[in-house]
Amino acid sequence: MSTLTLYMQYIVNGLTLGAIYSLIALGYTMVYGILKFINFAHGDILMVGAFIGLLVYTALTGDAAPGAWTLSAFFIAMLVSMIACAILGMLIERIAYKPLRNANRLAPLLSAIGVSFILSNGAAWIFGTQSRRFPYPFENDPIHIGSITITPHQIVVIVVSVAMMLLLTFFVNRTRMGKAMRATSLDQSTSQLMGINVNRVISLTFAIGSALAAVGGILAAFDFRVYPSMGTMTGLKAFVAAVIGGIGNIQGAMIGGVLLGILEAVGAPLLHIPNGMKDTVAFAVLIIVLLVKPDGILGKNEREKV
Amino acid sequence: MRILETEHLTREFGGVIAVNDVDFHVEKGLVTGLIGPNGAGKTTLFNQITGVDKPTSGRIIFDGRDITGLPAWKISRLGIARTFQNIRLYKELTVVENVMMGLHFKVGSDPFRHRFQQAVKSYIFASRENREVYRRAMEWLSFFEMEEHAQDFAGSLPYGKQRELEIARALAAEPKLLFLDEPAAGMNPSETAHLMQVVAKIRQLGVTVVLIEHDMKLVMNICDSITVLNFGVKIAEGTPNEIKHDKGVIEAYLGREEEDE
Repeated sequence: MSTLTLYMQYIVNGLTLGAIYSLIALGYTMVYGILKFINFAHGDILMVGAFIGLLVYTALTGDAAPGAWTLSAFFIAMLVSMIACAILGMLIERIAYKPLRNANRLAPLLSAIGVSFILSNGAAWIFGTQSRRFPYPFENDPIHIGSITITPHQIVVIVVSVAMMLLLTFFVNRTRMGKAMRATSLDQSTSQLMGINVNRVISLTFAIGSALAAVGGILAAFDFRVYPSMGTMTGLKAFVAAVIGGIGNIQGAMIGGVLLGILEAVGAPLLHIPNGMKDTVAFAVLIIVLLVKPDGILGKNEREKV
Repeated sequence: MRILETEHLTREFGGVIAVNDVDFHVEKGLVTGLIGPNGAGKTTLFNQITGVDKPTSGRIIFDGRDITGLPAWKISRLGIARTFQNIRLYKELTVVENVMMGLHFKVGSDPFRHRFQQAVKSYIFASRENREVYRRAMEWLSFFEMEEHAQDFAGSLPYGKQRELEIARALAAEPKLLFLDEPAAGMNPSETAHLMQVVAKIRQLGVTVVLIEHDMKLVMNICDSITVLNFGVKIAEGTPNEIKHDKGVIEAYLGREEEDE
């Protein structure tokens, strides 16, 4: 295989990985956009989403062979998991963050780290620490396009992610609730006077972010399997993606995720980084971005007052 | 007819009584002035009524309905709009977008009600709805003679214009009652003169206006009725003429200013 096609292959793999990062990065960025706060429990929500998806999926399909039914069961499981995580996200906000909204900025951050531990340890307690396989709901025979190989799994990841991002873009830009959300991210107290129920906007933001994390968790579960600490590294990298794109910016999170996925998939072999050290790429990229363009790719520069 | 009434309204801040047992009332369709020396509790009273802050005790009746302690967004939805002493515009948005914001979340229209139909409708008719909202926003700008600034960033306007824009945005939501907190603060005399015309025009629209103001000439000229606060207590109310000759007011308020000079 020529080097060129090899790298084309890495890019396809990176695209898949990046789509998952994007979905998860959206939750970080939306919450930051409105509350100026990093929800460090977000990564663990994706783990909960993956577990719920797996449980629902296995309960529905049992040992059924991949086919039309398993594929529909997969999407039902995804939907159930999205709804459950949306509710979980809203509950976490209500219980752990809302009472701290007027406190020192460090307080909700610590509270988020606490929630993160509760979720991952709670999952370890309930499900055990061993990792579980998420069975493919379809035959995962690779498809060859020229000399590039793409699996149906990769196609599903990309199609589902793109659909989710289009849906979110539509919601934020075209609906009144989306407008209320954008207004709130610009200025909370002013929006309140415009008649916007800011608490409801915040709840909704957590619900949407968590539902997207659930999708990301399930899509990630195919390759990374399902285990209680799965959210930590994936969540952290999605956070890096959000920062690369410009935290607080929805398009930025989408671009940042895809870019990080590709950089990771291409960078590791290019720089001969051994498999076990692959994660360093993401954090090296983070450091470079923070040094060169701290606002991220699409981040707005704070306009200085003259 | 009274559109707004407070009964024994009190707000304490840890031992300091900022508003003390105040019965304040506003007649529908008129311009009411709220005056008093600094620290008299005027803004605190505004904050209680508009839901920015909650009273310690007492009741607030708006349009026959008890609104005591309701959140700000609910009160704004019932038809009370306000401006602030320190301007609160969406500075990163353009002038016309700021007014559109007032129109989008107009009195009585809840962005969260009829979620699904609204979402579908606002998608299908998005361009039409936006065109309509834009057109109405431009109408409000022409009411304030600000059309030429429509595409400027709100933060780049001169101070006086920013104040008028804030009033325009508040009015676009079609409130029944409009609170203006020191609208002329920081304005030069010609801006103040323009503001007086604007308030007169708002009165003609049938919107009830309440304003806090230190510019006595402005207050005496445009208010139908004036209420005076001092140390959180209502010390007088009446027509501008009555207030001008009220002994208590002269002592507490005007008298003190004369001593200063």
